[in-house]
Amino acid sequence: MSAAPHLPLAGLEIFGQAIEFIFNGQEAPTVSGKVGGLDQVLDLTARHLEVTALAMGLALIVALPAGLVLGHYGRGELVAVAAGNAGRALPELAIIAFMAAAIGVGLLNVTIALAVLAVPPILTNTFVAVRQVDRGAVDAARGMGMTAREVITRVELPLAVPTIMSGVRTSTINVVATATIAPLAGVLTLGDFILARNVYGDDGVLAGAMLVALLALTLELALAGLQRLLTSPGLRDATTATA
Amino acid sequence: MSTKARTRALIAMLFALVLALGLAACGDDGGDTTGGGGGKAIVSNPDNGKVTLTIGSKNFTEQLVLGEIYAKGLEAAGYKVKTDLNLGSEVIALKALQAGEVSGYPEYTSTALTSFFKAAPEDVPSDPQEAYQQSKAEFEKEGLTAFPPTPFASANAVGTLRTTAEELGLEKVSDLEGQSQDLTLYGSPECRQRVDCLVGLEDGYGLQFKSFTPVDIGLRYEVLDKGQADLSILFTTDAQLSAEADKYVILEDDKKVFPAGNVIFVTDQKVVDEAGPDYEKTITQVQSGLTEQVMQELDARVDIDRQEPAAVATQYLKESGYID
Repeated sequence: MSAAPHLPLAGLEIFGQAIEFIFNGQEAPTVSGKVGGLDQVLDLTARHLEVTALAMGLALIVALPAGLVLGHYGRGELVAVAAGNAGRALPELAIIAFMAAAIGVGLLNVTIALAVLAVPPILTNTFVAVRQVDRGAVDAARGMGMTAREVITRVELPLAVPTIMSGVRTSTINVVATATIAPLAGVLTLGDFILARNVYGDDGVLAGAMLVALLALTLELALAGLQRLLTSPGLRDATTATA
Repeated sequence: MSTKARTRALIAMLFALVLALGLAACGDDGGDTTGGGGGKAIVSNPDNGKVTLTIGSKNFTEQLVLGEIYAKGLEAAGYKVKTDLNLGSEVIALKALQAGEVSGYPEYTSTALTSFFKAAPEDVPSDPQEAYQQSKAEFEKEGLTAFPPTPFASANAVGTLRTTAEELGLEKVSDLEGQSQDLTLYGSPECRQRVDCLVGLEDGYGLQFKSFTPVDIGLRYEVLDKGQADLSILFTTDAQLSAEADKYVILEDDKKVFPAGNVIFVTDQKVVDEAGPDYEKTITQVQSGLTEQVMQELDARVDIDRQEPAAVATQYLKESGYID
């Protein structure tokens, strides 16, 4: 019975070693040298964030206007949904491999592959959000003499913000998590700790997973804050209801 | 190029790819046979039906083909066989074996000795039998064992485009001295920690590169094609080296830091005891026809003709007369 209290501790010890890996690094598991440590962690985290930001930026440029326009005119629902589902169905690894033959490996390749993953939730959420805007409000805006552009930017978009932002948050989490495969295309993100077990050892794998999870949670909280800022004050109670 | 033209080019490329895949699938493979045709058919033993074997492999073409050949051969011998191929690098494959997730997987003697047992590259015996005995003895210390080696051997090699090699006057790895600091090197992620890879180039040859970029092992030729890598770590059994010999070259390993290794099937002693004599017999039988030429041909059917490793394995076993 005396062994029982050690069991949970043995589990915790693994996390202790992973945390040690993050802050101080350790001897490389095979040949001599040091791996891990805060400098390398920050380096890879910066690259991870860069890839995520680029992919999200590209996805927003593509999906947001498309979703707003399609939603405004109430057309192309089939296109929006089909494009969304197709994007979700395409494996990122296949996209990376296909584009490696077309444009080579590297940042552009990974950015496009991750943007393909990020587009669907933004596109479908934007489309649905605009469609669900109270028709009375849109009619009133038209009655006031607003042009189509004004109706979209001043009425539909503000009212659609909470739903659009929930799409953006979903995309961001997907992208942050999936950016772990970027090292396969030569872009060193936190995924390197996870993929290159030979180089970093088991502690590195766990440390990588913990860092990615932490990054995802941080971004989720930041975006929840951003969503609150972007939502018009009159809608804020409704926001908590939809979220 | 305007964006429109670019989009068009991309779409055209997509069509070309689909077409090429379709054509490759229809292409006949007559002419080049891989087996001598004189192999003895594998006899199914009903006793083996009680034993389930899980065959593993690492994550590149040659390994997938080998894994399928072993799996299908053992199936023909009457075993219940599952596969868990594409495990990853050698460290992950070994962990899977030690954890009992796979019954065995193919490993190169050179990789086993340098990666697992810390042998220096120059201490890897050039005699296949000697390298096998040495690896086996090391594996046995860990409760594992290994079956005799394949006829063929493979090694890592520094590869480049023929045009680059001619331009820079590269024939052997030591020709890189004085030039390597301006050259980009690409290789698998595990390359960074392997003495028969980046570590050997840095310590054995004293080379420093402009950069080392780890990429997926399956992209080792793409990075050369796209001009991103000046140098890429290739395998000596790669199909591209013979099929496109006018395009790619490998640099001679004049300081011998990339020892060649024959494949040995590494497995657990407990599995051997349970599976009986047909286990080792079948493995050594199906690999007996795997000369360098045959292995390269099988790799080519996957990497160049775009066939499935499983289909290529079946073809090989049939052409060799092991199954019908």
